[in-house]
Amino acid sequence: MRSVISVICYIFLAPLIGGYLAGFDRKISARMQRRIGPPVRQAFFDVNKLWHKQVIAVNRAQSMMLASYLIMMIFTGCMLFAGTDLLMTFFVLSTSSTFLYFASVITSSPCSTIGGNRELLQMMAYEPSVLLTCVGFYLACGSFNVRDIISGDVSMIVYLPGVFIAFVFILTIKMRKSPFDLSASEHAHQELVQGIATEMGSRNLALFKVTEWYENVFLLAVVALFIINRHPWSWVLAVVVAVIVWFFEILVDNASARMKWQKMLEITWIVTLLSAGVNLFVLMLIF
Amino acid sequence: MADVKRSPWLLHYDAASCNGCDIEVLAALTPVYDAERLGVVNTGDPMQADILLVTGGINDQCAPVVKQLYDQMPRPKVVVAVGVCACTGGVFKDTYNIHGGVDTCIPVDIYVPGCAARPQAIIDGIVKAVELFQKRSDEHDALVKARKNGGSGNA
Repeated sequence: MRSVISVICYIFLAPLIGGYLAGFDRKISARMQRRIGPPVRQAFFDVNKLWHKQVIAVNRAQSMMLASYLIMMIFTGCMLFAGTDLLMTFFVLSTSSTFLYFASVITSSPCSTIGGNRELLQMMAYEPSVLLTCVGFYLACGSFNVRDIISGDVSMIVYLPGVFIAFVFILTIKMRKSPFDLSASEHAHQELVQGIATEMGSRNLALFKVTEWYENVFLLAVVALFIINRHPWSWVLAVVVAVIVWFFEILVDNASARMKWQKMLEITWIVTLLSAGVNLFVLMLIF
Repeated sequence: MADVKRSPWLLHYDAASCNGCDIEVLAALTPVYDAERLGVVNTGDPMQADILLVTGGINDQCAPVVKQLYDQMPRPKVVVAVGVCACTGGVFKDTYNIHGGVDTCIPVDIYVPGCAARPQAIIDGIVKAVELFQKRSDEHDALVKARKNGGSGNA
């Protein structure tokens, strides 16, 4: 019953929370640059406008791909919030990213295709860390099930500090933040127009935005997974840690310039190996 | 009716401008003027843009580009000509290579004069364009609704 309620909460509340997170993101970024910034509901205004514009699509299949991307993303979140297998959850997440890749290359626009290829490179960069996170949870609590992970006596971060650092590191890639915003190349310093989203206009872009909201909430929920244990107060702490991590990502976004993809692969793999790899090695020696 | 005026996304195109107006357009996004507080995003993608901001006069080379950008933008859309060159051709009006203002190529809705146009004037022009964008959006919605009820056509 509890998992059904949390799944329903995810489906209906995640876009709301994700939208406000996106709004606060822009507001906080603006304040960091000493600007006033848009209102916090700006993300909703944007999606509402996009939904009402004329639909122009180079390839009609793109809408279907993006709808699949959204549905798979919601499904991923539902699996996590239902407390099922974490490994399977991340496999479904990769499937949803694949749909995004297809949505970008199906238009055969050069900017969009380069963005799509960079998205694949980003997946290559962050997937090892994601897999090691799952393995870490398994080594620390003996199960891939989210339900078992959150019912431990102590928070998983106690066993997995290195894995946590590696996961926060790849969040920068997943959330499309500088210095790793290669595929979307958003903001004013655009090198690929809008990268992966170049050929997405009106409703297609709205779908893309809403999926990103769902994804951000899902990713922050995984961050919270490191903190939550069977004590009720750990839930409060988990929310605080998730917000701190999210703020940290905005800070990094505003304080760094975009990197080349070669450097991204190199740095991400080194951090994954040194931080998560060593952490897992120590865990294997202990348990 | 959708409240679209809170989210105007701009596409800025430099036709045959001397870059004076372009720098002022970018200045409008700096902390002093901060056009983003109005929800403005300076997007580089015509498929995502609502307002086309053109600086500089039109010559043979840039005329097809401006036309294409205009065609790639989904309806409803608004065009703003920034600077006196974009309005009329300015000091280059009678030269052999300049056709004239942006309106020799695509329909222009708002004219922002100045050489170079001041950021305040540009933001003022954008605010006017936003009002027009809202009006056109309402008309567009009504048209889509009418066509849906009529059963044919595609908006």
